[in-house]
Amino acid sequence: MIKNLPLMPDQASSFAAQSDLIYWALTLLTVAFTLIVFAALAFLAIRYRRGSKADRSRPLHGSHLLELGWTFPPLVLGLLMFVWSAKLFSTMYGRAPEGSEQIYVIGKQWMWHLQHMNGIRENNELHIPVGKPVKLTMISQDVIHSFFIPAFRIKRDVVPGVYTSIWFEPTRAGKYHLFCAEYCGTQHSEMGGWIYVEEPAEYQKWLASGGRRTADTQPLATTMEAKGLQLYEQQGCGNCHDADGLSRGPSLAGLFGTTVKLKNGATAVADEAYIRKSILEPNDQIADKYQQRMPSYKGQITEEQILDLMAYIRSIGPRPSASTTATPVSSATSGTRVHTATAGKPNPNLTASNAAPSRGN
Amino acid sequence: MSVDAISTTHGLVGHDDHAHHDPNQAHQFEDMAQQNESYIVGMWSFLVTEIMFFGVLFIAYSLNRLLHPGSFIDAHRHLNVWFGGINTVILLTSSLTMALAVRAAQLQSKVAQLVFLTITILCAFGFLGIKTVEYTHKYHEHLIPGANFHYVSVGAEGGPSAEAAVNPEKSNIPQGQAQIFFLLYFFMTGLHGIHVVIGIIAMTTLFIMIKFDHPFTRYYMWVEMAGLYWHFVDIVWIFLFPLFYLIPGK
Amino acid sequence: MSYQTTKDTPFPAKQTFPAPKNTYLNAASTVKSWLLTGDHKRIAILYLISVSFFFALGGLAASIIRLELTSPKGHFLEHETYNKMFSAHGIFMVFLFLIPSIPAVLGNFLVPLMIGAKDLAFPRLNLISWYLYTTAGGLILLGMMRGGVDTGWTFYTPYSSMYSNTNVSLMIVGIFIAGFSSIATGINFIVTIHTMRAPGMTWFRLPLFIWAQYATSVIIVLGTPVVAITLMLVVVERALGIGIFSPELGGDPVLFQHLFWFYSHPAVYIMILPSMGVTSEIISCFSRKRIFGYSFIAFSTLAIAVLGFLVWGHHMFVTSQSMYSSMVFSIISFLVAVPSAIKVFNWTATIYKGSVELSAPMMYALGFIGLFTIGGLTGLYLASIATDVHLTDTYFVVAHFHYVMVGGALSGFLGGIHFWWPKITGKLYDEGWAKLAAGLTFIGFNLTFFPQFMVGFLGMPRRYHFYPEEFQAYHVLSSAGASVLALGLIIPGIYLTASLIAGKQAPDNPWMAVGLEWMTTSPPPTLNFDATPIVTWEAYDYTPNDPEEARHAVINPALLEIHTGVDPLGDGMAGGLE
Repeated sequence: MIKNLPLMPDQASSFAAQSDLIYWALTLLTVAFTLIVFAALAFLAIRYRRGSKADRSRPLHGSHLLELGWTFPPLVLGLLMFVWSAKLFSTMYGRAPEGSEQIYVIGKQWMWHLQHMNGIRENNELHIPVGKPVKLTMISQDVIHSFFIPAFRIKRDVVPGVYTSIWFEPTRAGKYHLFCAEYCGTQHSEMGGWIYVEEPAEYQKWLASGGRRTADTQPLATTMEAKGLQLYEQQGCGNCHDADGLSRGPSLAGLFGTTVKLKNGATAVADEAYIRKSILEPNDQIADKYQQRMPSYKGQITEEQILDLMAYIRSIGPRPSASTTATPVSSATSGTRVHTATAGKPNPNLTASNAAPSRGN
Repeated sequence: MSVDAISTTHGLVGHDDHAHHDPNQAHQFEDMAQQNESYIVGMWSFLVTEIMFFGVLFIAYSLNRLLHPGSFIDAHRHLNVWFGGINTVILLTSSLTMALAVRAAQLQSKVAQLVFLTITILCAFGFLGIKTVEYTHKYHEHLIPGANFHYVSVGAEGGPSAEAAVNPEKSNIPQGQAQIFFLLYFFMTGLHGIHVVIGIIAMTTLFIMIKFDHPFTRYYMWVEMAGLYWHFVDIVWIFLFPLFYLIPGK
Repeated sequence: MSYQTTKDTPFPAKQTFPAPKNTYLNAASTVKSWLLTGDHKRIAILYLISVSFFFALGGLAASIIRLELTSPKGHFLEHETYNKMFSAHGIFMVFLFLIPSIPAVLGNFLVPLMIGAKDLAFPRLNLISWYLYTTAGGLILLGMMRGGVDTGWTFYTPYSSMYSNTNVSLMIVGIFIAGFSSIATGINFIVTIHTMRAPGMTWFRLPLFIWAQYATSVIIVLGTPVVAITLMLVVVERALGIGIFSPELGGDPVLFQHLFWFYSHPAVYIMILPSMGVTSEIISCFSRKRIFGYSFIAFSTLAIAVLGFLVWGHHMFVTSQSMYSSMVFSIISFLVAVPSAIKVFNWTATIYKGSVELSAPMMYALGFIGLFTIGGLTGLYLASIATDVHLTDTYFVVAHFHYVMVGGALSGFLGGIHFWWPKITGKLYDEGWAKLAAGLTFIGFNLTFFPQFMVGFLGMPRRYHFYPEEFQAYHVLSSAGASVLALGLIIPGIYLTASLIAGKQAPDNPWMAVGLEWMTTSPPPTLNFDATPIVTWEAYDYTPNDPEEARHAVINPALLEIHTGVDPLGDGMAGGLE
């Protein structure tokens, strides 16, 4: 029976222990306060039961001192807990460390689609190495989902139309639950799977096999950036956006992560959200010195394709640090390399180190 | 109904001061002062709920304008500032006459009440008339959100760009965003319009009752209530007008 | 007849009292006289019957859910049926039971009585409120019969607006109308409390129940319109395919959550504040002691109402909400815990040097304090952002809000019903059964929901039909507890109904309580008091030193003189003020 009543979930990420520490501190507070209240109620109710001989002279109907006495301790304790918790939270939802493994997540009714930069795609499963931070950039194709790994104490909603991201560092090899935590329809309770945290050697072996022990329909994994390039050419994006094209639109080389000046005088950071919006709703953020020309690609391009394009644009930026206007913002990921290439003449050998050769060109 | 039921079923002692009551006083109140105060507090509480109703829509508007500034600027050019402006003047006038009607009610001046109520009602109809013309235009321009929605961008110069007129799908303004602008426009002005209609019904009812000297109308509070409500309807428009008609754009 | 004879009977069941001649119950007996009544007390009864009906339906849905969850792969429901079942449970319980329960039943009955008024300010509006409520209930029932909804009671977009193909619009129209019913009640209470207090009934002589109703009404008036319009926008989006919440249409789905929780978080306080008011009344009465720190409780009630409007974002820490907004919402959520703590400590201190009688209402009130303390403190886990990331949308949240809403709001409601039952019906219920039920409810409740904290921490997500096997033991425990809880809730239904038929006539003031509602007959006459009472004493004017002596002093002599013109300590003064 005892083994059927586990008390704690596995602690398998760098956040788990810290989050649990706050959890147990709160539990201590809860138990202490509950005991105080219960004990006081029981003691007083018994001592001052009707008919008891207890001394009831000079009853007390109020006391500012007492009120202050029980107002401030909860207040101070609460604020302390807030600071402690907010600090951890700002790490959790803050910027992922340099060199994090970038993984893209698409949620759809009712499965998780996960995509590694090297092109390996997994459904409802995610393989990651121990000890290396992983950054997830997530979007939903339909309703709101929530990416929840209890063993990592990590959860974040996956919202349609907006990228959300989260990072974590697995600390223990093992197989852990992945759940969808935001109600998303009929098969909500079955929208889950497993996170496989593997020792680096084992992980490399998995990578070398192209991750094909998962149900990947692609015969050969093509890197996301290669697929992005393919799409870039197919859609003729270069007509306007190549550095040596007609220059009706801004060049995309070295764009990613820089600060862009907009026509209306505002500035925006060219991050994932910016690029997605530029593709789908180009009118709302026109780059300075350019005209409104680009049509909206809403409905004509899937979330997955946007992510591929993003990977491509990311691969040809940011500019080398020599440039003064460039301020890299987003954390670099392992999949990103710094190109000095001009757009339109992208490196034809865009392949990830450990994936099969690109079919992009 | 309730009043009658209660007073007939009980031979209540202790409430022997019933006889001196103002005939306008409801049974649950101690005196007229209490009743008047209750009506005023009640009306204001009601108006607070009304503010919250519209408040949601104003928040939705602000957020969407922040998200899609370009589309909102472009879409608002389809609205005719003159229509909106004239309607603003009409409503402000009606608020003035309504205030005068309230004063007339307090002074128990039947003729003045009738005159000012008439002007107010006419203003309300004028407002709705102009609104109808505007809505009809929008219908012909395919700007009613829904299946027939077909947005053509108006450049800052006024006319649609040749390219956009041919193929609005390729227009720079996403149809969806323009549709949101018009959805909010119709939802908010429509909800406001419903309030105007309710106002007209209330004022017309009062008009008829005053005209035929219904004893009810010896109690000035009814006109005062209608007045508070009407000023609220007016104020909502004061916010709607600049938000939809006067968006500054480059 | 007088009160002196109650000396040896802690509960006045052994005495017989004559029934008062003119009461609101026997004023007229036709169906029409009930359905067209303007009497706040009759409307309260109408509400009591209707909310009990919907509570039973919600409870039935809960029982099916608990039964189904004893197995990790379910027993007899399809996924979709299960989803509809928890949606039905939420919609019935939140919109048709918890929100109207105390305000519309006890509040309706007691607000005018407690402040010494003849009725609410707008009796017809009050009746309209009940008709709106029944219309809403009817529409929601119709929606359930046509197949129900599978969105949960939260109606999150874009699932509710673009994906679910169940009866969402019908349900929403029902909830929209129910909202107007609350607004009508809220406005009525605000006005009544502002303008119709009896002479001498100053703000700081008001019973804390009235303060609670006032704060609740303010929340209703400010919050309900927001959710009403928001839900209407969902209907527009569904019906016309145009809207502001679906990303496909260029909208923002998280905006819905902001607007929804802007109401629905304060709605939690709509449910809990009235229970706090009830608890203040009961604790003070059965400790025979003036409430400790009256003004602190009163102001903490207002503080909760105000702060409650500033914390909605704590439901959205894991959405796309910005990190900094989350931090602001988190700190305010910690702050809102403080006034709740103040209340708990003040209630506890009230008992000090009191004279405690562990009657059934007192058991419910003490149960309320205990369960609310746990419910409130576990809220801190969710206010704390880092732990919320792990715990939100798990069974931990389910357990937390059930501790607050069921342990808190429902205990308060039941306590209040027991406390004022003699006043409402003029009958005495069986105290022994009532104590048993109070005990069973408390134990059953903890057995049901405590395991859910633990399984939530393990990571069991809410609204899951199928779940991993390692969570099963906790679910079985919880379901077992639920059967005890169900028993504890069914028993009162039986003995309370029985008391209507065979119960002894209640005296006017069975608990020797102070408060104007006890100074009229049980049940009260249609216009509540024979003459407008004049209040010359502070609230909770109890004397603990000698409880027996206190019993004679509870009825304020000055008041009685005004009422009857009879020497207050003479015989025959109290049986009825007729």
